[in-house]
Amino acid sequence: MTAETELEGQIGEWRGYMLRRKGVDQTDVDELEDHLRGRIADLAETGLREDEAFLIAVKRMGSVDELSREFAREHSDRLWKQLVLTGDPDAPADTAKRRELLIMLGCAALAAVGIKLPLMFGAGFDGDASFYARNAGLFALAPLILYFGLRRGVSPRTTAVLAGLLVLGAVGANVYRLDGDSQSIVLSAIHLPLALWLVVGLAYAGGEWRSGQRRMDFIRFTGEWFIYFVLIAMGGGVLTGFTAGVFTAIGLDPETFISEWLIPCGAVAAVVVAAWLVEAKQSVIENMAPVLTRVFTPLFALTLAAVLVAIAVTTNAIDVERDMLILFDLLLVVVLGLVLYSISARDHAARTGLFDWMQLALVVSALLIDILVLVAITGRITEWGFTPNKSAALGENLILFVNLAWTAWLYVSIIRGRKRFSVLERWQTDYLPVYAAWAWAVVLVFPPLFAFA
Amino acid sequence: MRIAKDLVAASSTPLVLGILAEEESYGYAILKEISERSGGRLEWTEGLLYPLLHRLERTGYIESTWRTPEGGRRRKYYAITDEGRRELAEQRRQWAAVSEALQDIWKATRSATPIAAPVLEG
Repeated sequence: MTAETELEGQIGEWRGYMLRRKGVDQTDVDELEDHLRGRIADLAETGLREDEAFLIAVKRMGSVDELSREFAREHSDRLWKQLVLTGDPDAPADTAKRRELLIMLGCAALAAVGIKLPLMFGAGFDGDASFYARNAGLFALAPLILYFGLRRGVSPRTTAVLAGLLVLGAVGANVYRLDGDSQSIVLSAIHLPLALWLVVGLAYAGGEWRSGQRRMDFIRFTGEWFIYFVLIAMGGGVLTGFTAGVFTAIGLDPETFISEWLIPCGAVAAVVVAAWLVEAKQSVIENMAPVLTRVFTPLFALTLAAVLVAIAVTTNAIDVERDMLILFDLLLVVVLGLVLYSISARDHAARTGLFDWMQLALVVSALLIDILVLVAITGRITEWGFTPNKSAALGENLILFVNLAWTAWLYVSIIRGRKRFSVLERWQTDYLPVYAAWAWAVVLVFPPLFAFA
Repeated sequence: MRIAKDLVAASSTPLVLGILAEEESYGYAILKEISERSGGRLEWTEGLLYPLLHRLERTGYIESTWRTPEGGRRRKYYAITDEGRRELAEQRRQWAAVSEALQDIWKATRSATPIAAPVLEG
């Protein structure tokens, strides 16, 4: 009995080892296992003990490298991992996959219907542009939240929290009577999606939102989701172009169809589809965001350093108009993103190297630039007083500044070997609620605070 | 005696098709059969056999089914298709032509240099 279980254990190990090879898939390993067992049985008949027979059988099968190379030569397509809708009918996980697919299709369809629903009550895109601007986040992200709620099978309590936050978002977006061209409405339109995106995070974590690892997973998810969404959007652009061209060629005007149906419905559905793709691809292909991070960290570090040098040489002050404020906020977001995605893909055991120095240089130069910006903003605010836009920009700047400053400090300690890398990861995941709190504050508190300006 | 790699590769398809033409079979049994039929001189590796089986399946010469024999484990059986039989017939013709030509040449060569005779063994 023990010998038998030992053999099963050895075969199981061998399977795991084979399965990690490229070009060899589940059914191949099943087939090879059958082969291995056949040979073990034959060898055992000649009087060998089972463990000896196992060793010889594995040895006869030849080196795993060579074997998998031969498989890969025949199945070169497998090196390009295929994913969508090509489920192997033999795979036992197929019903689960189909269920996921159905949930995805359902939520995507719901999103597409949802964005056209207000039309039934007479709210068209043209007439009620501000209605759509305020609620875009809800239309796009509520189906995504539903999707993750269903996928993760969240508990009733989490469901209640998610639903409550959605309602809160809907109230925040619609209860204040804001002018269509007020600053607050623009801020609300920008910040509601941010706030709701973190609600997506709650759903994504399936209620385990206190776990640092789940939060990191959500950060990874966000990066990949963004990349897939952009890819889908580009495909959508091509589709739109062809639709427009072909219908125009046969003398029909497709503009209404495109702007009223194709683009809005496609965009909100793509939000769900991109999320599904990330989930499905998770274990299949390498994540893209960390790769892009590797490429762009040095380039951004160089650019920022160049800006600092230029400021030092010319002693030109930074011009803080509204667009500039947004630009610098975005710059900090990008730097933060570069830090986050390199953290997300980092092997914790790896020693610090050149790349860490580069990252530190990037963070420090971003901080220096940000200090200059902060000085300029404060100057303007003391001169002209607070407006919703400036306050929001200032708040975001400060939040990102604090994060990056502490990140830089931690980085220095890590590079000098005083702290472990996980501290930095911990800091970033712990900081997520701050963004959420700020985004909600801008949506809910800012309009009354600034008298709906 | 080891058979050269090129020759092993060239003969692999007709061998597998020939074995499957008799009756359907599975990987390990095919490997054993080839070893037996060649008196142990053709020792195929798994890295040769399985990719070959998969390629033949892809080209439609053979087809596979997973079956679970009673009280046994799931196993993948291969059977030859009609197209495979046609291919086998075609390969047979070609091999016969090659072999005939070789026989002719061996005969001629033997009369010239009898030392070469041992090559014919097997």
